[in-house]
Amino acid sequence: MKFLREALDKVKPHFEKGGKWEKFYYIYEAHDTLLFAPNHTTNSKGVQIRDAMDMKRLMMTVIIAMIPCLLFGIYNVGYQHFMAIGQPEAGFGDMVLVGLIQVVPILVVSYAVGLGTEFAFSVIRQHPINEGFLVTGMLIPLVMPPDIPLWQVALATIFAVIIAKEAFGGTGMNILNVALTARAFLYFAYPSQISGDVWTYIGEANKAVQGFTGATPLALGAETVESGKNVVASLSAYGSGWSDGIYEFSNMFFGFMPGSIGETSALMCLIGAFILIFTGVGSWKVMISVVAGAFGMGLLLNGLAVNEFMAMPAHYHLVIGGLAFGTVYMATDPVTASQTETGKWIYGLMIGMLTVVIRVFNPAYPEGIMLAILFMNVFAPLIDHYVVIANKKRRLQRATV
Amino acid sequence: MSKFIKLKKGFDINLAGKAEKKIVEVEQPETFAYKPSSFHGILRPKLKVKEGDTVKAGTPILFDKKNDKVLHVAPVSGEIVEIRRGEKRKILEVVILADKSIEYETFDKYTVSDINGLSRENIVDQMLGSGVWPNLVQRPYGVIADPSETPKAIFISAFDTHPLAPDYSLIFKGQDQYFQAGIDILKKLTPGAVHVNVNGDAEVSPMFAHAKNIELNKFSGPHPVGNVGVQIHHLDPINKGDVVWTVNPYGVIQIGKLFLEGKYDASRVIAVAGSEVKNPQYYKTFTGASIKRFVEGNLSNDHVRFVSGNALTGSKIAADGHLGFHDSLLTVLPEGDQYELFGWIKPTTQKLSFQRAFGLLSFLFPKKEYALDTNVKGEPRAFVQTGVFEKVTPMDVLPTYLLKAILAEDFDDMEALGIYEIIEEDLALCEFVDVSKHDVQDIVREGLNLMRYS
Repeated sequence: MKFLREALDKVKPHFEKGGKWEKFYYIYEAHDTLLFAPNHTTNSKGVQIRDAMDMKRLMMTVIIAMIPCLLFGIYNVGYQHFMAIGQPEAGFGDMVLVGLIQVVPILVVSYAVGLGTEFAFSVIRQHPINEGFLVTGMLIPLVMPPDIPLWQVALATIFAVIIAKEAFGGTGMNILNVALTARAFLYFAYPSQISGDVWTYIGEANKAVQGFTGATPLALGAETVESGKNVVASLSAYGSGWSDGIYEFSNMFFGFMPGSIGETSALMCLIGAFILIFTGVGSWKVMISVVAGAFGMGLLLNGLAVNEFMAMPAHYHLVIGGLAFGTVYMATDPVTASQTETGKWIYGLMIGMLTVVIRVFNPAYPEGIMLAILFMNVFAPLIDHYVVIANKKRRLQRATV
Repeated sequence: MSKFIKLKKGFDINLAGKAEKKIVEVEQPETFAYKPSSFHGILRPKLKVKEGDTVKAGTPILFDKKNDKVLHVAPVSGEIVEIRRGEKRKILEVVILADKSIEYETFDKYTVSDINGLSRENIVDQMLGSGVWPNLVQRPYGVIADPSETPKAIFISAFDTHPLAPDYSLIFKGQDQYFQAGIDILKKLTPGAVHVNVNGDAEVSPMFAHAKNIELNKFSGPHPVGNVGVQIHHLDPINKGDVVWTVNPYGVIQIGKLFLEGKYDASRVIAVAGSEVKNPQYYKTFTGASIKRFVEGNLSNDHVRFVSGNALTGSKIAADGHLGFHDSLLTVLPEGDQYELFGWIKPTTQKLSFQRAFGLLSFLFPKKEYALDTNVKGEPRAFVQTGVFEKVTPMDVLPTYLLKAILAEDFDDMEALGIYEIIEEDLALCEFVDVSKHDVQDIVREGLNLMRYS
């Protein structure tokens, strides 16, 4: 690998101060540090040794935790496609192939456009390229419907990177979760492509089977408010004849249902959660408290139920929609979550509770987790503020006794 | 009143190359140096000697014009051979070529019973004039104690939990009577208690366990439990307006010796340790020793960094450099100025990490000794990860918020968030574990300077 190092060292002077590509130094640096961990040593005063953990490893760990969701999502896009067009006999390979054809372009566009924006900003603002987008670039495809137009992915990515992140100064300074901002942007700018009957990829040449409506469990649940039918019964009834039991609890837990590419499987999210918690990269406090908040709110609504959707068993809330995915990968974003340990409990509980409240009481936004997290992102600094004040008060009280 | 305090937060950095428990006599180094950089808050150092002068151990060589009662003295007798200056003629080192046998300045000498009859004024004068005073460190700020102040209490940490730290029961062996005399002196300086904090997880050396006139507290837990700042936080925290003093056992012994024997004795046992040292062991020498004699022919690798002090809070020195005033440890680490292909993601068991992110396998080997180099292992970034600083700071302090307050130069917040309770060493572990590779200790000092001088 010596020749690689020599090649890099050879071009390096061009990017350094006074070189002809001086402006592009941080782009060079990003590539150099991706290949080689740099040779910087610690200062002459202060710690002489450093922990082996760095930002790149941190972000890569999150990406690794998302891989189960991505792989399952690719398969599921194909699976749902063949179920919906009435060809359940299609092979595993076919399903994966269809999934790849749908998902890979979205992934490529998200990374290419996002990194392009990052590079542009590093040149304009002269700051190092942050690793944060490695995670964002993966999260964006996973929260998109499988049939989303690619130009919308590109637009949303640019919007999110610029408005949600770079405008605040880059990774570490942002207030809103970048990937969720991308999705919220599409949700409000192009609602027809990201709500309603978009969660299953059908394809132009194909026709959906009889009985297929494209309704998600959340949409079915919201309908019961009007119709007065039992939620569990109408979920079980859906898919009969072409995909029996698609909305049974266990099937939804495993994730064989329509939805955003990566968010359908609670099981895969659990695997991801295990990776994040074991490695210490994701906060278990946030994850537990979101689940507790959602489940608790579900139980509370059961007790107060005046319509069938409110009476839906609380544990159903945990497997439908994007709650599991949002809990594990979005709510735990350390930059936008509460940064104090006490604050994390409050932040998580509020997200869980708000998610269920939005789902049940606001049929205009069937998916509550996205808005709940964005809302609590905004409130996280306030929660932290009060936790910090409590710390200051303890110190002051000590002084007076 | 004695307390037993158990702390859970923190992290022990287990480095390879611990000093073997034997004290080796070697020929003394040729030169010794006095370094103003060993202290914080020396604003305008003024030399009392010039090159070519001869001094005795205890002869004043320097003082701070802003704090002129405190004299800084020569550790050994000999000739001033060089006054090494840096940028803007800043005094870096006053180098003394040592005599073969040390001559001492004479100071007043007392018996144990005399000491009880001494007035505070007498004690302070003798300490100021003889060079032992700079052992007293004042909190807040971690600067040399101000003789005009009366501290609320005095704290002595009787163990060191830093990586490769010297074993106090070995380096202070046989000094019991001096330690006791030192305690008796210190007791006269404060109306409060003299706290001696010992390691609750190990056998306590009788020097500390049988000392009188003190409050003996036991602490147990991982590093930084041995840091006196952490101990103060749990015993009698520093509030706004409080002044406490800290001193390490070496200083106590030196003070005791001054009063019992009437001389400034800078002899000390130092540990030379680290993964690159062939024979890590202890040596008998004096404060400020040149390290040349201890490392020549004693290294297994010549691309190394010499650190006066420990690997978390020490300072890099040259191969012919001198140890600092407070340091009883020379750490030798491999220099880490090499690139590593895919070093940021390669799974490794050779690098130590407090965390367990992908590929960091050190958590599987909690007993393993690591040979860590000086590579930064990452690049500086904004604060991203949360909750990790708190796990290595066993104090009710929010490190990230305090650091941000310092960076924003927000004086009210710094004070409210507890800047008076910490000095650099208390947050050194935060600097070690920081994913974003901030210079936490520099930031802390910047904050302390802001609070102190503006």
